[in-house]
Amino acid sequence: MSNTKFSKEHEWITLDGEVGTIGITKHATEMLGDIVFAELPEKGSNVEKDRTAGVVESTKAASDVYTPVSGEIVEINQSIVDDPSKINADPEGGAWFFKLKLKDKSEFDTLMNKEEYDKFAKETSA
Amino acid sequence: MNIKKTALYKLHKKHSAKLVEFAGYSMPIQYSEGIVKEHNITRNKSGIFDVSHMGQLFIKYSDDITDKLQEILPTDLKNLKINQSKYSFLMKENGGIYDDLIITRMKDQYMIILNAACKQNDLQIIKNKLNDQSLDMNNDLSLIAIQGPESKTVLENVVSNVSKLKFMNGGNFFFENNEIFITRSGYTGEDGFEISIPNKVAIYFVEELISQGSTLIGLGARDTLRLEAGLCLYGHDINENTSPVEANLKWAISKNRINDNFTGSQKIKKQIEEGVSKLRVGIKPETRVIARESTKIFDEKDNEIGKVTSGTFGPSVNASIAMGYISNSHSKTDTKVFLEVRGKKVPANVCDLPFYKKSYVKGEANV
Repeated sequence: MSNTKFSKEHEWITLDGEVGTIGITKHATEMLGDIVFAELPEKGSNVEKDRTAGVVESTKAASDVYTPVSGEIVEINQSIVDDPSKINADPEGGAWFFKLKLKDKSEFDTLMNKEEYDKFAKETSA
Repeated sequence: MNIKKTALYKLHKKHSAKLVEFAGYSMPIQYSEGIVKEHNITRNKSGIFDVSHMGQLFIKYSDDITDKLQEILPTDLKNLKINQSKYSFLMKENGGIYDDLIITRMKDQYMIILNAACKQNDLQIIKNKLNDQSLDMNNDLSLIAIQGPESKTVLENVVSNVSKLKFMNGGNFFFENNEIFITRSGYTGEDGFEISIPNKVAIYFVEELISQGSTLIGLGARDTLRLEAGLCLYGHDINENTSPVEANLKWAISKNRINDNFTGSQKIKKQIEEGVSKLRVGIKPETRVIARESTKIFDEKDNEIGKVTSGTFGPSVNASIAMGYISNSHSKTDTKVFLEVRGKKVPANVCDLPFYKKSYVKGEANV
């Protein structure tokens, strides 16, 4: 079973032990267009499931980034703040947003798997 | 309401345009390259813009028409030479702007290019002023802009002798035995041309430009380009409640017309003599945060002193940029201000416009 799951707000999360790495999906970047600004939560702060944990802006508009699970931020990816175009280039790899220590693993379990997400993304963008 | 399509609609589709509704038209916001790449292509090479949604109004030339147009435009039309263009405003009684426009004196007529969202209202105002209800926009013509340093060469290969045109001048040319009118102008801060061409050959014409090395560019990049160039977008940076003086566009009012009578002239004259309370300025945030339209501007003592009217990320200046109206007392270059974005106060500085100055040194910006 894959350790990567997806949210309806187009975030992905890969679980490694009790730490989840979170970013936005390729589909999300395609909808947003060229990303020119990224804001991340502070290291050490606590974020709650489905609440805002960052912002990305394209040349056209600003969009909130939500966290799909609750937890404490243990690491942020400063390189995407310095060069936001990395998010378009490698959204589901090197351009992760933040890592957090999960508060409740069951929140992760309820998220969509890749197949479910792909279907969801296709339906909602149609 | 039926959404209108320009003559280039099929070409936009063929080039995978992302189409959005703009002023009642289905227009390309971007193509597959994306806004930032399209922006850079225009700055470094050459880009093609479909601006056929804009109104093209032709009015038969006469001394009487010139007099009447001078009553609603603050521009000296009497000294406008044949084939010369001027940036002007359709003025409102309160000194505000109904629309900004380009007027060109052709051999036996005036050509006026109007904003898509304003053109029907403009037409009615002009009809009433000229007492001619038969006046109408020419919908058989497309309007295509080609902008960027390589545009001169690209267009010359399709239309001979076009590179002889001087800035803000136009002339009649031929394409495939069709008479077309070309002006050397644009709205990107780059050298370029605008071509008024019959709809029936518009796609073929653009395909010729593409085969000569130019690229279709969407309205998204048009917005970042014009904002970097410090140019106003009607409905945002200027509107019925901003005067040309407040908009820092006094240069577009002909000097010999300032003491003349035209719609709104009393207000304009008063503002020129006594000054204005708010002024359009450039604003540069100190971080990459983007201050969008309606962002509130504060001074160091937390007093609200203005609002942003356009804001984006400028790819060629690699920074967040904005324009807005600010109280005159804070409008000096380098004045420190604060922009309220998502509840936080972002430090910024009032700056000179344009953000991007044309440099003819090649290879300066990244593609």
